[in-house]
Amino acid sequence: MKVEVSINQKIFRAASGQKRVILRNVAFGLRQAEICALLGPSGCGKTTLLRLISGLDPDFEGRINMSLPNKIGMVFQEPRLLPWRTVAQNLGLVCAAAENDISEVAAALRLTEHLNHFPGELSLGLARRVAIARAFAVKPDLLLLDEPFVSLDPALAAKLREELLALVLKRNATTLHVTHDVDEAISIADRIIVLSAAPGRVIADCRIDSPRQALTKTHAARLKEDILALMPGASA
Amino acid sequence: MLIVAWQLGSNATANNLLPAPLSVLFVMAAEARSGALFFNLAATLVRVASAFALAMVLGTALGVAMGRNKTIDRFCDPLLIVLLHLPALVVIVLAYIWLGLNELAAILAVTLNKLPNTAVTLREGARALDKSLQEMARVFDVPLGKKIRHVVLPQLAPYFAAAMRSGLSLVWKIVLVAELLGCSNGVGFEIGVAFQLFDVTRLFAYALPFVGLMLAIETVIVQPFERHVSRWRPLHES
Repeated sequence: MKVEVSINQKIFRAASGQKRVILRNVAFGLRQAEICALLGPSGCGKTTLLRLISGLDPDFEGRINMSLPNKIGMVFQEPRLLPWRTVAQNLGLVCAAAENDISEVAAALRLTEHLNHFPGELSLGLARRVAIARAFAVKPDLLLLDEPFVSLDPALAAKLREELLALVLKRNATTLHVTHDVDEAISIADRIIVLSAAPGRVIADCRIDSPRQALTKTHAARLKEDILALMPGASA
Repeated sequence: MLIVAWQLGSNATANNLLPAPLSVLFVMAAEARSGALFFNLAATLVRVASAFALAMVLGTALGVAMGRNKTIDRFCDPLLIVLLHLPALVVIVLAYIWLGLNELAAILAVTLNKLPNTAVTLREGARALDKSLQEMARVFDVPLGKKIRHVVLPQLAPYFAAAMRSGLSLVWKIVLVAELLGCSNGVGFEIGVAFQLFDVTRLFAYALPFVGLMLAIETVIVQPFERHVSRWRPLHES
């Protein structure tokens, strides 16, 4: 599906009545099946932008248009599983689909043996896997990922990234992946949008022409340098 | 142990202040043979059950509405505070005066005593609903019925169990007072009769089976329910 985002302004009102502009003049479009990474320093409004696109926060100036069908699958920063339901029931919550659909996506993320466990019995890495499985269980047209690998060790994150990428490519969903990790963005996306520090605005929008699989180490390193040069105050 | 202590106590005091366990048992058996014991127990149990069910349903509805909606909360809160602090006796006597000495008045009076308690507990539960899970359900377009069943109710269940537990004890205490004042049967009525005759043996003969009944309901219904709704919590947590 296609997404057109055009946000003039998003203001956050604190409980004290103070107003703060979080996003200003953020406009971009996503093509069908495009995998786009959204980079930016923390606090620049990346998560806020995802909340606007997902429809959780309707309070902003601007427009967001989506083509139909627009089934959304989302992975939050925290797994957000129902602790009182098993893994299988958590997956079943979001989709009316038959059980073999669930077991298929569970198998792809190697969760089959955990289907009858409660989330409290899982490690964080496994819980994140379940959250990813849930996002795919709805057969999404648009996939919104909010730092799904944050606070995992690098090796596990890399493994999970590969599994996620395989699923995304198979599903052909339009994907918006929020991260503050340049390497992660380069390894997953075919387009990278960089936001400035708050109030966030688009300061770079670059496509990665060579397909992910053919991306050489030197090319990736050069891309990383280019992007880091665009991000004032960012460190490698 | 308790029975031995009871026996020793009854030996030490004057006979009509603390009767021996055996004499209580004899009266209990006599009342059971005549059918009066079961009749009065059943009458009380029906009142407890109806008042309890009514208070739980109405109190839950009110509490959840108040917890989710600020306007309803502001509007009903003063009323709730008044009901919460009004002595049970005032409500019972008023109900009898306004509605007459009938079954409806007795049950409504007891319901009104328990309802604010349930509402306050469930209001806390509704306020504590996890916002992040609500958002998750919204993004994934979870249908309302499924959302209530899997997302909302499991979060309210511990509050419901707490209200159930404190509610049952409160209701049966108040039902006896209501029976004492305005019913012609039930455990409360019999205890009133025993009081007028200064018959402690009879009082025990009615109070003890009722305590046993409540204990059984607690262990057979309330505790298994609590265990069932909290089975997902890891065992090392208390």
